[in-house]
Amino acid sequence: MSTPAIRLSGLRKTFGPVEAVAGIDLEITDGEFFSMLGPSGSGKTTVLRMIAGFDRPTAGTVALGGRDVTRLPAYERDVNTVFQDYALFPHLSVIENVEYGLKVRKVPRRERRARAEQALEAVQLAGFGGRKPSAMSGGQRQRVALARALVNRPKVLLLDEPLGALDLKLREQMQVELKQIQRDVGITFVFVTHDQDEALTMSDRVAVFDAGRIAQVGTPEAVYEQPATPFVAGFVGTSNLLTGAAARSLTGRDGTFSVRPEKITIGAEGAPGTVSEVIYAGPVTRFVVDLDAGARMVVVEQNRRTGKAQRGERVQLTWQQEHVIEIGGNRAA
Amino acid sequence: MTRWVLRAVMALGLFFIYVPLLLVLVNSFNGDRTFGWPPHDFTTQWWSAAWRNGGARDALWTSVKAGLGATAIALVLGTMVAFAVQRFQFFGRDTVSLLVVLPIALPGIVTGIALDSAWRSVIAPLGIGKGLFSVIVGHATFCVVTVYNNVLARLRRSGVNLEEASADLGASPFQTFRYITFPMLRSALLAGGLLAFALSFDEIIVTTFTAGPGIQTLPIWIFNNLFRPNQAPVVNVVAAVLIVLSVLPVWLAQRLAGPEAGASRT
Repeated sequence: MSTPAIRLSGLRKTFGPVEAVAGIDLEITDGEFFSMLGPSGSGKTTVLRMIAGFDRPTAGTVALGGRDVTRLPAYERDVNTVFQDYALFPHLSVIENVEYGLKVRKVPRRERRARAEQALEAVQLAGFGGRKPSAMSGGQRQRVALARALVNRPKVLLLDEPLGALDLKLREQMQVELKQIQRDVGITFVFVTHDQDEALTMSDRVAVFDAGRIAQVGTPEAVYEQPATPFVAGFVGTSNLLTGAAARSLTGRDGTFSVRPEKITIGAEGAPGTVSEVIYAGPVTRFVVDLDAGARMVVVEQNRRTGKAQRGERVQLTWQQEHVIEIGGNRAA
Repeated sequence: MTRWVLRAVMALGLFFIYVPLLLVLVNSFNGDRTFGWPPHDFTTQWWSAAWRNGGARDALWTSVKAGLGATAIALVLGTMVAFAVQRFQFFGRDTVSLLVVLPIALPGIVTGIALDSAWRSVIAPLGIGKGLFSVIVGHATFCVVTVYNNVLARLRRSGVNLEEASADLGASPFQTFRYITFPMLRSALLAGGLLAFALSFDEIIVTTFTAGPGIQTLPIWIFNNLFRPNQAPVVNVVAAVLIVLSVLPVWLAQRLAGPEAGASRT
């Protein structure tokens, strides 16, 4: 196997008494679209900042392309960052923003202009170079920030919740574009987000962060279908956790199990319960069902038929054995 | 009802502040030697007399030099302290912040006496007598705060994000300062510097205690000539000049600190 683009070993960071990052070992493959997913305060942004060189680790090392850079300042690392608030320089025009990295690296004026124009074209902002960032919309600024980072052709691009400030439509559009750009330029993307949909849609692999540690690393499918801990099961998608007596009566075994809402069918047979909530959401409807066995299940049904269950109605739920996931283990057969 | 009361109070306040100043300006053109009111003659003879007055011209020049000197010191020290306080954590940070701001609130007479005795007992024995330099140092003590406050506010608003972005794009700390930090601070420095200059330019109390022999700033010259009957018309002219020269920098500083600052944070 080739040298990983990024290797983190025993990485820790404490701020006073707070342990923000509590020991992380991770390898990110060259050319990978890698997401760090977790709630705010789970340490994902701190890890990103340590890769970029803004924060010094309390312990552990950061290696880029096989070279230990733990002690190198940010400006000597071959990574670029797209910041959450974009951090565009307000006193410079868009083209000056984009060519900034080339300028400080003493690339001749004509060449850097040409490359900056190209980068703007790549993010569909050709002709906007003369504007000030304050005269651009949120989505356009986001593209400028992307162009400003990509123009330097870094080995690794770090993205710190870059889509957080955009509205839903624009965000979905940018997700597709980002993925496309990443495939085109072929550089490693490390994408920090708290949005599980985003992480699942875009990534080759996802690391789920929980309280300063990585709870699970894997492909989106693995993380979703085989969550390693109850936290992962709950954070990535909605999970219906079955524990204790409910688990025993519904699966016939001891342990912690989860069934995803879309895997459950409301029908004429199966586990009986009462509908306690009906939430209509356009293409789908979510039902909350309290099972007699003592578990609360969320069920998602596509709205393909009329005459669905009402609040307070008695229903029965079925699911296939293969969709019962044992948390921390493999699928229950 | 309350609106009208507030308006009246404001009008009264502004009246008492600005009408006397206006009077000085009008009297500098008043043809009557005893400033009879209302003025019936318009004359520019006091202005030309003031222009020919060597003492006033020297004093003006001294004031400009003192103002520039104090402003220069304030710019360097104020900026450095603002960076230290805003960007670094260290023991006694809040105390330093307070100590820098305090001189503006201290009575000038106390600052003056303190500087006078310090100069006498510590600095003069080193062979540096009082002169223009001691005036500059005295003024700088309270001018630093204007630059400090302006720069601190700007640093607080712009945060470290932009500097991190610059470093991330490969800029050395020096390049970051030159291309990002300094341009962002430029208008704050200008505003702080102009205010510092205006403060120094009309200072009289500290100057009295720190000026060496033969050093006369414009306000001191006015004070010394105020009660000489034949100098009174010229004093009016000099006062009028002083008003204009102090109002201008303050007005510019306000404009610089105002609208553009808000737009920088997006």
